[in-house]
Amino acid sequence: MFKFFLVKLAQLVPTFIGVTIVAFAFIRLLPGDPILLMAGERGISAERYAELKAQMGFDRSLVAQYFDFLKGLLHGDLGNSLVTHSPVMDEFMSRFPATLELSLFALAFAVIIGLPAGVLAAVKRGKTLDHTVMGVSLTGYSMPIFWWGLLLIMLFSSTLGWTPVSGRISFLYFIDSVTGFMTIDSLIAGDWGAFLSALHHLVLPAIVLGTIPLAVIARQTRSSMLEVLGEDYVRTARAKGLSNFRVIMVHTLRNALISVVTVIGLQVGLLLAGAILTETIFSWPGIGKWMIDAISRRDYPSVQGGLVLIAFIVMIVNLLVDIAYGVINPRIRH
Amino acid sequence: MAAISTPAAPGTFRYQLASFWSDFSASRGALVGLIFIVLILLVALFAPWVAPHDPAMQDRSALLVPPVWHAEGSWDYLLGTDAVGRDILSRLIYGARYSLSISAMVVIISMGAGIFLGLLAGYFRGWIETVITRVMDVVLAFPSLLLALGLVAILSPGLTSAMIAIAMVQLPYFVRLTRAAVIGEKSREYVIASRLSGAGHLRLMFNTLLPNCMAPLIVQATLSFSTAILDIAALGFLGMGVQPPTPEWGAMLANAREFMGSAYWAVTFPGLIILLTVLMINLMGDGLRDALDPKMKRS
Repeated sequence: MFKFFLVKLAQLVPTFIGVTIVAFAFIRLLPGDPILLMAGERGISAERYAELKAQMGFDRSLVAQYFDFLKGLLHGDLGNSLVTHSPVMDEFMSRFPATLELSLFALAFAVIIGLPAGVLAAVKRGKTLDHTVMGVSLTGYSMPIFWWGLLLIMLFSSTLGWTPVSGRISFLYFIDSVTGFMTIDSLIAGDWGAFLSALHHLVLPAIVLGTIPLAVIARQTRSSMLEVLGEDYVRTARAKGLSNFRVIMVHTLRNALISVVTVIGLQVGLLLAGAILTETIFSWPGIGKWMIDAISRRDYPSVQGGLVLIAFIVMIVNLLVDIAYGVINPRIRH
Repeated sequence: MAAISTPAAPGTFRYQLASFWSDFSASRGALVGLIFIVLILLVALFAPWVAPHDPAMQDRSALLVPPVWHAEGSWDYLLGTDAVGRDILSRLIYGARYSLSISAMVVIISMGAGIFLGLLAGYFRGWIETVITRVMDVVLAFPSLLLALGLVAILSPGLTSAMIAIAMVQLPYFVRLTRAAVIGEKSREYVIASRLSGAGHLRLMFNTLLPNCMAPLIVQATLSFSTAILDIAALGFLGMGVQPPTPEWGAMLANAREFMGSAYWAVTFPGLIILLTVLMINLMGDGLRDALDPKMKRS
């Protein structure tokens, strides 16, 4: 098992180097001189230009610049934002919990509804319920989530007034940040009003972000349930006279879950991509909105740092999924 | 006429086509999808004749007119008008041209490049394969929309850069599929026979192997097509894709957003048409997969 882990980890190294090269190349590939771009409309004096060039290391060879970048990266230094002048790492870390909290709620929503829906569809194969579940999940899978978010806001926030339109918590509450999760921090503070307000703000964005993963999970659960239901050991279990419920829950679902868990893990990249749109619509102060703002303000160090960190998170999660897959399915560890 | 009514002999192209069609048309959803796609293609193609108005024409006397079924609605503007008095229906019709043609280009670019790289990787193996798969792993490490946004930022926002960016993020799927299919087919007897009778690398790759690897690629192409429509619209919505006043569906949504409270139609219809188009392509894709994938075939 340990060897399996090491092999998987070693396979990540070239990908990680590739990711850093892409992020490094990012600023250099931008059309125009990055320093003039950063200076903007006001222009810049020749002395200041040379000073900045030396300060940012642009006067050195590309290879030397890349190793500087890599060295900074390994020390957690991604440079400073051009807009706020604070370290990119700090900016990222202060917003990441918001995205993580939103993503976890979205994933929970997707699993809690998607998994039973997929199981039911498989058990009732060919019946109306199956067709309904599959039709709904194909629709969810095809959903332009930015539009879905706007529709839900129009219905639940503007027309019915049930949910807030944007943000993480009502302005009435000030909660000390401990974990960065509004729901947990408000509980730590013992403030029920704040907790409810945080949940209230989470509902719509979590539904919007969870819609596509929900559809994927329901479809995957159904197809792997159907596959396992055709296996010999399921027939044996039935022949032994076990109840239908027991056959489905114990013999089938447990084995079908192996591929479902993998699919759930692989939703992380999708969630982070979806977070960009969801956070923009709901003004959710997470890394998705931060990246969009950074791109539109041409805050290149932030974009570069954000790209590396997000790719890094996706890679780590995929590694964990691979390992989890190895743990629950011993056949994969060779 | 007799020639048409006789069933084709097994093994001929016509027989394969007929067998494919009977599998494909067995699924009602796939047929509905196909019909919808053909219709919307026709509408896009004949937009100047189908659309009731010029998509850029601004009628200052008809700002934010609601759809026809409202009391204040007008038969002039079936789906209402936007904030500067442009006909939404006409803009949606012209928008189909952009969404469909950009997405088709995305699929052509990423499928073409993906097949080429996948063939190279699967056929030659060795260091070529390692380099290609590693680069694709890097592309896959970034969330697709984020990478596309980054690429658009480099290339400056616009139609062409959105197209290239989305083609780039779709590329790894084609490369992986082609590579896997080529590796699976390469040691089969017909390939060895072809090689022994003196076929060169290029002939083996493109004439012998590729046609036998196409089934999963065609299914992936439909998936890619629907993803491309969504991604193009998402980029347009974020202001990084096709630039206004071009009537692209995502950009229309972004423009309509500020009138969400007062003019639901300006937000609802562009999104609805995106959803319907993507849904129909996916339905068709499911049918294609069932008809082309021998493992899924009902025997």
